Formats: sequence, structure tokens, C-alpha cells
Amino acid sequence: MQRNIFLKTLAASAVAMLGLGAGLAHAADPLEVPFYYPVAVGGPITKVIDGYANDFNKAHPQYKITPIYAGTYQETIVKALTANKSGKAPATSVLLSTDMFTLIDEDAIAPIDDFAKTDADKAWLKGFYPAFMANSQTGGKTWGLPFQRSTVVMYYNKEAFKEAGLDPNKAPATWKELSDAAKKLTKKDANGNVTQYGIQIPSTGFAYWMLQTLTTPNDVLLANEAGTKVNFDNPKVIEALDYWVNLTKEGVHPKGVIEWGTTPKDFMEKKAAIIVTTTGNLTNIKANAKFDFGVGQIAGNVRKGGSPTGGGNFYIFKKAAKEQQQAAFEFAKWVTQPERAAQWSMDSGYVAVSPAAYDTPILKKYGQDFPPALVARDQLPVSVAEFSTHDNQRVTKVLNDAVQAALNGTKTSAQAMKDAQKEADRILRSYQ
Amino acid sequence: MSASSSSIAGSGQRSIHAWLLLLPALVLLVAFTHWPAVATLIDSFYSTPKGARPAVWVGVENYQSMVDDPVFWQAVRNNLWFAAATIPASIGLALLMAVWVNERIAGRTFVRMAYFTPTVLPMIAVANIWLFFYTPQYGLLEQVTGALGLPSHNWLGSPSTALGAITLVAVWKEAGFFMIFYLAALQTLNPSLKEAAAIEGASRWYFFRRVQWPLLMPTTVFVLVNAVINAFRLVDHVFILTRGGPDNATTLLLYHLYEVGFKFWDTAYAAAITVVLVVVLSSVALFQFFVLDKKVHYQ
Repeated sequence: MQRNIFLKTLAASAVAMLGLGAGLAHAADPLEVPFYYPVAVGGPITKVIDGYANDFNKAHPQYKITPIYAGTYQETIVKALTANKSGKAPATSVLLSTDMFTLIDEDAIAPIDDFAKTDADKAWLKGFYPAFMANSQTGGKTWGLPFQRSTVVMYYNKEAFKEAGLDPNKAPATWKELSDAAKKLTKKDANGNVTQYGIQIPSTGFAYWMLQTLTTPNDVLLANEAGTKVNFDNPKVIEALDYWVNLTKEGVHPKGVIEWGTTPKDFMEKKAAIIVTTTGNLTNIKANAKFDFGVGQIAGNVRKGGSPTGGGNFYIFKKAAKEQQQAAFEFAKWVTQPERAAQWSMDSGYVAVSPAAYDTPILKKYGQDFPPALVARDQLPVSVAEFSTHDNQRVTKVLNDAVQAALNGTKTSAQAMKDAQKEADRILRSYQ
Repeated sequence: MSASSSSIAGSGQRSIHAWLLLLPALVLLVAFTHWPAVATLIDSFYSTPKGARPAVWVGVENYQSMVDDPVFWQAVRNNLWFAAATIPASIGLALLMAVWVNERIAGRTFVRMAYFTPTVLPMIAVANIWLFFYTPQYGLLEQVTGALGLPSHNWLGSPSTALGAITLVAVWKEAGFFMIFYLAALQTLNPSLKEAAAIEGASRWYFFRRVQWPLLMPTTVFVLVNAVINAFRLVDHVFILTRGGPDNATTLLLYHLYEVGFKFWDTAYAAAITVVLVVVLSSVALFQFFVLDKKVHYQ
């Protein structure tokens, strides 16, 4: 009996295939559109993305967007570029906004402007926050569409603030206030060992981003807009790095290099009273912290606060077929519409990419019930573009290494940044 | 005349038959070993193709930039240090464990299995467990040192201890694997040797030094070749535990190669590093097989 069914299925599919071969069912076939995406924060992100693709495909039966989870940002760009080099590029992929120059140099992506032909499309393209477009445009062209974007924010433990005699409703607003608070928040046991650090800034993976969180309030940019020159040995940059190094010297910040991934956990376990990390962790911390916590804007120094933006953009690959590119464009447009961007922001913790999304009733209500969700948006006006240059991964590594050397005390801040400047100049020589 | 021609035809047919039998293996070898090696060598003399810019002949430029690359030299130094620490430690430990579980001890099977466990576990998962051991403030190591009242230490985040921490994981993993070879070799030793030694009244240490150890020499050479290769191809632990940091303190050669090739996309330079790595490793292996091997086999 079972065998019978098996044979029948086999015969049926053979007939179906013959039919396809003869071109009978061909016209109704939706166009396959491969889409690579990474996951960089906690939560059921893959389920959400699959849901978006399904909904889009239902509304657009001529297309079939196929989301392919490709690992971390780093793994995703490796897969996308390898596929591109072998001639089978995905139609679209979400990759770091900072990879823009690399993707242009590889001649892998197509400018978005060519697709936005109607007035409605052009208006939509203008609707994103300018801070997010800073990393998406260069040379008068738009190369990326903001999607899972973020900024750096400061999470603080309100209970620890109360215990230390600090105002739990006010995050430290300047460097001075921040280091004073960190001193008060550092707790030691009878042996003199620290049980709770005042502040923690992670230094693996995104060390350059955290450094930028200190250089931005110090009113200095790390790279020029064209991504061809860096500014590492500027005295203001060295001063910013020194501020970080001094926190460890004073014993209010843990020594050595601090893991990016364990920092939210350190916060939830009360090992650190203040942590500086991406707003993308918000939904995770909200769900898991067993105490009352606050989210503050980045503390200021020379200028008021300000953080680099971060996160990923949609890119459209040049080698994909024209129809696939068009489909990818439609999908990116569909997914960044205000209601969907609002929902995505609540599901993930990322910043919604357009002011219109914050005007939707659902996000308005969410912001009223949970004000920390609006902090990242509120500091966008003073935000700068995330550090990005040509040969980005290589220059970024040079900067990361310099930060780690200074934090570990193997080099002074000044020496570390001077060495990094020299190395970065050498790498960028061919682009100047 | 007819007899000889038919035998030539027969041998021709036989050799075709032989080549056909070899063909599948040959195709695989050429496709996955020989051709990539040759292609890598050729690529190392060209520049990296980028976008619309095709690869051009640059001669030894990639090798020159290797000489000027401080991270490459740091990776070489780290790797030599790592090899010097892991190879003797893991072989010594393997030998010790093998001799021990070769005896009739209680729970022998259990102990053997326990020693071999690190080898069968998936390394990425294991590295994640070790990551937890080393985590400052609540890692296992910190729990122990904290209970003793010692100050907290960031094992993987300090350049002075990070490489040592990775070395420890590697020794732990390798020792169990090498133990299997030693154990197998010990089991093949003739039991009459032990009986003879017992009759002569030789001490256990004397028996090991003069009988077991010399007879284990061929195994030691085999294990040594493997240990050297493993010391230079370790990459998975580095990925999970430190990603080469802090400030390149744990960057090993293969990790540096990965970064250059797949993070920086400088495939030509990566090819040059690969060539150097392959040349060094194969010369070490050849030395071990042709020089050491001759010295250890005797009748």
C-alpha cells in the first residue's frame, strides 16, 4: 500500500517534471530571489525574517524571496563575496554599513538610485534618518538601504545607583560625572577584590566602535568621508583613548580585554553597574534583567554626547539578474515601510530607520510604555557615521589592535595610536 | 610472434585496467590536493584581483610584504612558542597516561574513555566550554581562585596569559589522541619481555627506560609528525577563545592566513603565506620521516 503511494508520487512528479520541461507550467513560476542575512543580537530573529519573506511573497506572487541565514556579519560577508566571486551572487544581502567601500571596491553592488525611478520611490529614499544615510552614500550615490541599524547607548542599574547614593532617574551626562559615578558604583569584598565594577566597555570585535563612542563626544572624527584617510594620532583621539585606559587604571573598569558577547551578561549578573554597548541588546536585557534598569545617551565631553551609528544595510548585488535586482529592491522597500520598521524595532531592539516609523501608533505606544526604546533615536541628531574606510576590515583591525594594546598597557595611548596611524596610512596609500 | 604480441596486448589491457581502478582516487587527489597546491603557488606571484581590476603579475611582491608584515612575524613567534610548549607536553602526557592505563588498574576502561573524550568532542563546542572556564569573575577558574581569596584575573584578555590559556586547551585535546597510539603500541609489545624483566629483578622505571621506551620509538616519530602538523594548523580554538587578540597575542599562522584571505580578501598575499606554510611543514615532515625514522627502526 505504502509502496503504491510512493510509486504514484514518483510517477506524478515525473509527469510534473516533464510538464515543466515542455514549458507548460513555466509561466506561473515565481522568480527565485536569494537573500543572505546575518543575526547579531539575541531573540528569534530568523523566525521574524522568514515571516517577512512569506508575507512579501504572498503579496507579490511573481517573486519568491528566499531568506538564507548566513551566520554573523563576518560570516555573511564571506559567504556573499565568495558567492559573488564564483558568479552566483545573492540578489541581496544585509551586511554591515561599514562594508560599503569594500563592496564598491570589489565591484559587487549596484547603486540603489537606479531603481528608485518614481517620485514615490524617491520620497521614500529621502525618508530615512540622515545619520543612517551617512554610511550608505558616497560619491553622490546611494549604495545601501538602512535596515537593522543601531547606536551605542549606556545601560545602568538603577538599584545600584540608589545604593551608591546616585540619582537613579538620571544617567551620567558628562565624562566627569561618568567616572565619578563609576567610582561610587565599584564594590569590593573583604579581601579587597572587586565584586561589582562601576563601568564596563567591551573591547573585542567592535573595539573601534567603542573608541568612537569616546571620540565623538570629544569632537573628533576618525576617518574622512571618502574613506581614504584616518585621523588616529589626533591629540583628541589619544585623549579619548586615555580616558578609557584611566578607568581601568583607577580600578573602576575591569582590566584586560573585555568580551563583547559577555558584557550584557555581566550587566544582568550585577558584575558591572554601567555598560556601554549597542541598543540592539535592549530587547534581550529588557527580557532578562531582574532589576530596574535605565538607558542613557552617551556621556558628553567637549560636545554633547553623540554616538556612532552601527548595524546593517540592504545591498543589491550587481551580478544578479536584472529582474532579481528589481525584486530585491521591492522587498527592501516593502520591509522598511513605517509599520514594518516599527514592528521590527520592537521585535529586535534595533532603531527604526525613519521618523515616519516613530509616528506610527504602535511604536508611539511602545515608546510611552517603555521610554528606553527611544533613547537611541533621540541621540541620532548628534550621531556620526560608523568608522569605515577602503580595505575596511584591515584598517579596522589595526585600530582594534591599537585599542587593545593601550588597554593592556603594552603601549601608551599615544604610542598605540601613532603606530596605528602609520600602518593605516600604508594600507590606504593606494586609495589616495 | 603471435604469443608475444598477445602478451603485450594483455599487459596493455592490464595497465589500462589498473589506471581505471586508480582513476577515482587520482581524480580526487588532483582536484583537491595537487591542483590547488600548484594554483596557490601561481597565485602567490600575482596581485589580488579586485572588482574590475584583474590580477597582474607582481613577482615576489607578496613575499616582500610578508617580510614587512609585523603581524606575520608575531604569528610566527607565537606559533613557535605554541609548538614548543604543546608538542613535548602533549606527547609526554600521552605517554604517561598510556603506560598507566596499560596496567591492570581498577576501572581501566573508564579511565581510557575519559582520556580519549577530548578527542571525540566537537572542538567548537569544547572551546565554548573552556571559554566559560576562563571567563573573568564567574568562570570556573575564577570560582576556584576566588574561593582561595586570590584576585580576579582576565585569562584570555591579558597578553601575558592568553596564549598560555590556549596552549593548555590544545594539550588537553592532543594528549588523549596520542595516548591511543601509545596504548596500541604498548599492547603489541611481547609480554615475555616483561616476564623476563621481572625475573631479572628490573625496576619498573628501568624496564620502561631500557625496554618500553626504545620499542615505542617508531610510534613516537609518528606521533611527533602529527603533533608538529597539529601545532601549525590549530585555528578553531583561536576563533572561539580570543580571535587572535588581545593585540595579536594569540594570532597563530593559520589564523593570520584566514584573516588575510577571508577578512581582508587579499587572496594573493594569503596564497604566499600558504606556500611558505606548506614548504616549512613538508620539510619538517620529510626530515622526520627520512632522518628520524631511519634512526628508530632496528631489528
